[in-house]
Amino acid sequence: MTTAQAPGKAVRRFSLKKVLRESSVAQGLFLIGPTNTYLIVFMVIPLILVTVLSFLSRGTYGEVVYKFSIESYLRLFDPLYAKILGYSLLVGLLTTVLSLVIGYPMAYYIARAPARQRSLYLFLILLPFWTNFIIRIYAWIMILRSSGFLNSFLQWIGVIHEPLNILYTPTAVLIGMVYEFLPFMVLPLYTSLEKIENAQLEAAADLGAPPWKAFLRVTLPLSVPGMIAGTILVFIPAMGMFVVPDLMGGAKTMLIGNVIRNQFLTARDWPFGAAASMLLMFLTMVFTLYYTRKAGFGEELLL
Amino acid sequence: MSDFAVELRNVIKIFPTPEGGQVKAVDDVTIHIKQGEFFSLLGPSGCGKTTSLRLMAGFEWPTNGEVYIDGKLMGRTPPYLRPVNTVFQSYALFQHMTVFQNVAFGLEMEKVPKAGITRRVEEALEMVKLSGMGRRRPKQLSGGQQQRVALARALVKRPKVLLLDEPLGALDLKLRKEMQLELKALQEQVGITFVYVTHDQEEALTMSDRIAVMNKGKALQIGLPVEIYERPNCRFVADFIGETNFLSGTVKKVSKEKVTVFIPALSMEIDGIGHGSFSAGQNVAVSVRPEKIRLADDDGKPVSGLRGTENLLHGKVVTTAYIGSDTRVDLDLGHDVRIRAWEQNDISTLDPEAYYADGDAVRIYLPYENTLVLPEDVS
Amino acid sequence: MSEKKPALWLRIYTFLVYAYIYIPILILIIFSFNKQKLNIRWEGFTLEWYDKLFKDHQVLLATRNTLMIAFIATIVATVIGTMAALALQRYHFPGYGASETLMYIPIVIPEVVMGISLLAFFALIKFKLGLTTITLSHIAFNIPFVALVVRARLHGFDKSIEEASMDLGANELITFWRVTLPTIMPGVLSGAMLAFTLSLDDYVITYFTAGPGSTTLPLRIFSMVRFTVTPEVNALSALWVAVVFVILFISEYAQRRRA
Repeated sequence: MTTAQAPGKAVRRFSLKKVLRESSVAQGLFLIGPTNTYLIVFMVIPLILVTVLSFLSRGTYGEVVYKFSIESYLRLFDPLYAKILGYSLLVGLLTTVLSLVIGYPMAYYIARAPARQRSLYLFLILLPFWTNFIIRIYAWIMILRSSGFLNSFLQWIGVIHEPLNILYTPTAVLIGMVYEFLPFMVLPLYTSLEKIENAQLEAAADLGAPPWKAFLRVTLPLSVPGMIAGTILVFIPAMGMFVVPDLMGGAKTMLIGNVIRNQFLTARDWPFGAAASMLLMFLTMVFTLYYTRKAGFGEELLL
Repeated sequence: MSDFAVELRNVIKIFPTPEGGQVKAVDDVTIHIKQGEFFSLLGPSGCGKTTSLRLMAGFEWPTNGEVYIDGKLMGRTPPYLRPVNTVFQSYALFQHMTVFQNVAFGLEMEKVPKAGITRRVEEALEMVKLSGMGRRRPKQLSGGQQQRVALARALVKRPKVLLLDEPLGALDLKLRKEMQLELKALQEQVGITFVYVTHDQEEALTMSDRIAVMNKGKALQIGLPVEIYERPNCRFVADFIGETNFLSGTVKKVSKEKVTVFIPALSMEIDGIGHGSFSAGQNVAVSVRPEKIRLADDDGKPVSGLRGTENLLHGKVVTTAYIGSDTRVDLDLGHDVRIRAWEQNDISTLDPEAYYADGDAVRIYLPYENTLVLPEDVS
Repeated sequence: MSEKKPALWLRIYTFLVYAYIYIPILILIIFSFNKQKLNIRWEGFTLEWYDKLFKDHQVLLATRNTLMIAFIATIVATVIGTMAALALQRYHFPGYGASETLMYIPIVIPEVVMGISLLAFFALIKFKLGLTTITLSHIAFNIPFVALVVRARLHGFDKSIEEASMDLGANELITFWRVTLPTIMPGVLSGAMLAFTLSLDDYVITYFTAGPGSTTLPLRIFSMVRFTVTPEVNALSALWVAVVFVILFISEYAQRRRA
């Protein structure tokens, strides 16, 4: 019935359409081509650039001199920067641990809520995060500063008589960081917890475990993938964060992110900034590799 | 117009495996399907039947060999240029379109004018008994209804050949049996060639004009249902279709009417029929279908209706299963050899003596015309 | 998980955490109506800050820029990202593993590092920083997120509907347009929404790749928070929150309608 309409092209000529149609490899390459090209140009090359940059030197007026040097890396060993690095790791760690501790019960509650309500609860967590990130930090500044809401309130009810100095301290930075990263911890935890079949807990009870023991020996271990995913989502960005320390930590609290930012924009020592970036990237990669090997990348994050 | 609606000539299809090796999904298969036939490809999972169907549809191209549709060589023609249509196992209905739009899709591709489309779609829906469902979405339909939509969608294009890939697999038993009859009636009504893939041998026997039994990429036997059942050409076919008993042995003597086989496990010789050539010393499997066996109490009394050409064995009843229409009797022939016989309950009686009981000693008659000697395997 | 009523303390705790999340925003909004400039005490209801906001050229410019960048970056990233998702989910080709790793880099890399590397890159090729560089950078980090979302949705995709389409006479292109695309559209739209949000909200990468003349809303808000500190910032924030709420409710409503 169908007289196959043979296309008028001579078979001998190379036809791109034909190659694409017949070879699934060609189709695959065609589809991934734009992404790969774009990312190589705007991601890989810049990163290689940074790597190269870290081995160059800074000229007198802040320009980049094409002379090989590991001076920038050596500077990283300076106690000042070692302290900042330690500080960054500490902040990252604390943020992660705090969001884990604060977020876990919440995730647990939501996972055990009736199915219909769950999406509402999750929606409510995410809702504020559709507003701008800086706005949220500003809100905390408003609350935490000496003339801010918290102090006014506490003074008003008479608990304290002098304003607490919270803003521009590490505490403020932590409050802000946890605030930012909480959903990134809660969501993977929730996903993990939600998957735990009720039957397993019933089996535990049936075998004689009281609720707290069942939690410790069944629920907690089964939620580990969620914890790992959440840790990855929190620790890495937290380490590289500079906005929160900048706005809420004042001059006292400097993290690696701030160092890098400063070197590139104010101090104009690009090689040094590049070296610091390499350090940060190295830490990130080590962490990611270690954890993804444990957890397997993917499912928990693909919400 | 060619004699044959579909032909596969020495078709080989090789797939690469994820581990880096290769697998021959279709291994030198030659099939000629006649115009207007209801032809089934039957076999276990992985035997190559679905791949063969896909080669006809154009979703795969042969590594070697040729595919012909209506006498024309298909080569690397894509599916949208072949005069065949497929009904998929998962129905593959377009979820974002209504039933009407689904069925109309193929006609749109043919650039049929709108009025024509409406008319033909309604005809097709009527043919599958879904008139009036045009505005519904696939989600709103039951499995059986979705299947009919898939059927209508393919048939509306009036293809030369309709390919069906286990279309009834997802339906419950009762519905499946109903649909089998409907499909068969539909095929006779419309008159086009149906190529039907299934792993259910009962289904194939019921519906087909001819069957190709496949295993491990090869077409072992092609023939009428009765040929496949009564004259299997190898052990696999005999085993796959219906139920049968096997005794392994070696050929002792070959004569014009029969083949004599020595069964080591029973230390005795059995006469049977061999279709094809056998030579002394060849390893064979002797196949007897359970309904072809006659049983009698081992009490020395003569048995009526025997012709004297039966093999006589002795054994003991192990268990019986009363099915109503017949009784399935498991027999122990000694030396760990067990066979099954089906005795039709052709006399209505409640007398327990009329039925075999566990432990009874019986005489087992295997008529030699029903005792088939088969090569161990056509590999 | 079981749906037994959880302990009271758990409920209270969760409520407190929600409070922790929402109170700052509420305070922000409330004080955007405050007469007093310094945001210390409540002095009276006023809309003057909103008025100032609408007359603020910088803010209006920033808004326009932000939206423009977000639109362009979203469209480009969605197209490219969807293609990539299809490639990774259904095809095998040389360099598959490398491509997958490549895609994850922008997600895993700290934003600061991505920002400065792009800055260095643009400096090297002497490409002037401005709205274009911002847009190019946004596309770079959007592509992997779109691809991730679309890929997740592609998981259950039944390839046989594409075969059915071709079987019925549609060639590869028509099949993609009429069958594949409509089917994956919800996933593509999700990806696009995510990309739009990320772009709209981005501070760090924009910060490094913006030129002296170009400003986006997040950048503007940052400098307002840093330097100006009038309730104008509150007003801007409150507006932003309101717009977001409205959009979300509309999209929820639209989803309910369709289902």
